[in-house]
Amino acid sequence: MTRYLGWIAGAGLVALPFVYHQPYHLHLLVVILIWSFAYTSWSVMGRFGLVSLGHGGFMGIGAYVTALAWNHGGLTPWIGIPIALVAGGVLALLVAYPCFRFRITGHYFALVTLALSGIVLQVITATRDHTGGSLGYTPTRYQGGSSLYAMQFTGKTTWYLIALGVWAVGLYVWYRVDRSMMRYALEAISEDEDGAAAAGVHVTAEKLKITVLSAVMTALAGALYCQYQMFISPDTVSGISISLQMVFAVVVGGIYVSLGPTVGAIITILLAEVLRISFGTRAVGWDNLVYGVLLVLFIVFLPKGIVGSLLAAARPRKSVRAVAGT
Amino acid sequence: MAIFDVFLLEALINGVLLGGVLALLSLGLNLVFGVIDVVWICYAELIMFGMYGMYFLYTVYHWPILVAAAACIAGVGALGVLLHVLVIAPLLGAAPINQLLATGGVLFFLQSAATVLFSIEFRNLGLRLPVLKLAGMFISYSRLLAFAAALIGMVLVFLFLSRTYTGAAIRAIAQDRQIMVLMGVDTRRIYLITSALGGGLAGLAACLLVLQYDVHPFVGLSFGPITFLICVLGGLGNFGGGFVAAFVFAELISLGGLYLDLEWGYVFAFVFFIVMMFVRPEGLMARRS
Repeated sequence: MTRYLGWIAGAGLVALPFVYHQPYHLHLLVVILIWSFAYTSWSVMGRFGLVSLGHGGFMGIGAYVTALAWNHGGLTPWIGIPIALVAGGVLALLVAYPCFRFRITGHYFALVTLALSGIVLQVITATRDHTGGSLGYTPTRYQGGSSLYAMQFTGKTTWYLIALGVWAVGLYVWYRVDRSMMRYALEAISEDEDGAAAAGVHVTAEKLKITVLSAVMTALAGALYCQYQMFISPDTVSGISISLQMVFAVVVGGIYVSLGPTVGAIITILLAEVLRISFGTRAVGWDNLVYGVLLVLFIVFLPKGIVGSLLAAARPRKSVRAVAGT
Repeated sequence: MAIFDVFLLEALINGVLLGGVLALLSLGLNLVFGVIDVVWICYAELIMFGMYGMYFLYTVYHWPILVAAAACIAGVGALGVLLHVLVIAPLLGAAPINQLLATGGVLFFLQSAATVLFSIEFRNLGLRLPVLKLAGMFISYSRLLAFAAALIGMVLVFLFLSRTYTGAAIRAIAQDRQIMVLMGVDTRRIYLITSALGGGLAGLAACLLVLQYDVHPFVGLSFGPITFLICVLGGLGNFGGGFVAAFVFAELISLGGLYLDLEWGYVFAFVFFIVMMFVRPEGLMARRS
């Protein structure tokens, strides 16, 4: 039965927009799915102790390259997004290769990547003649409506299905990494780099592969966010606060489980929305206040996150049942 | 030389003055890192609270400025102790990255607490210090004052660390965490003193920064990252390295701002940082051991 549970849930999610049309709720779902995908992308590498604070940078690259290619280069997002993904991957290679080659790990790695997201934010702000700087940037509407060529859709249903598909692909990638040899290599590396190298693991290559994968996925999340919202600003898609937000949501949901980042996204986005609706402008700041306290409490008391802790609590019972069944 | 014009000289001098403040900022963070082995990601937010403290005590309640400054330094020092007791102490045995993320949570908390308490308006002291005109250059007194105070603060900390018994214990802990416990040093007490000192330095930095910049809840983001980068560039926990790195960074920002925009100055500084990390991952002044 549990084997089919995932498929049933998936079918339910696909069918949802055809029976339920409330645009605001669909909008929330699209936003949750896009951010879930971004958080999943982060956790693909974050779960191996590679804590990057540079993912805000990759997301910014994804969003801005796509939008600039459309507005200035006249390139459809069908070409612009692949370019943005390549740009994100190349940037990840440029920064990560020397990092791993010279064994910059732990908080040094976190701080180097922090500099990376700082650079992307400052470059976007500094090139304000092209990117609009901190005022933000809007991709030009293509003949004022929906168009497959421009990847602009006015209907929420279309966006919901796109975001759902991409999110599912993100989970699939997470699952494939989880089942691969690479996972064992990376877990060995996170325990002891020298030991892993002595056992025949190519430390630099393995870490690079997962970093580039994670960066490309994050860039895709940025591009999607840009196409859906049709407005991007340096503070909403790049920079240190976005990087920290990713880490936060993943830690709350659970780093080591596939649905952890998704649960993290649901909790953080719903919390912000509920506060915004019930308190209006008086709620400014309260959502982050709650986030901050939660983040500290989670790291001190529940480092596995919500989903991870629930699974850990459920597991002993399951194993007892399995023993009883045999 | 035509290139060595008065603007360049002014930018260089302003760079040196900015360097003094940055060096003071990084000193507190370095001290905490060197002794407790924890990076306070929320360090700049402590400074932001100090700046608000100055604003309220001086501008709203009309305390004498020196009394207000002393109260701020003590207040932010107390915040540092609170941070250590509530967040860092329970996590001392956890993975280093968890400590970093927990202080990231404190960053969110402090930022939004300031938003809720003080709203997002920009506020300033309403105190305008004169500008010094020297051979066609403009150098603000507030920057000179900040530079001088930063130097004095650093000398005092240096004297404290090198001349007092507690200072010696702090340096010893920074060198070897395990052995010093066996030698009978009370690490908890040393950690509390260090946190108070780190917070106090943040408070001093706040008093100096508020003379030059408006305070708002997100002001920490504008100089927080640069402070970490300076500490890492100098080698985390290495005071001399941090001092040199602060001046290098300040000159890069100042000169980049002269020839292009201020943002490009930051970009140069960040790129320089990443390149240096690859060339000298142990920090600028690392001794090869």
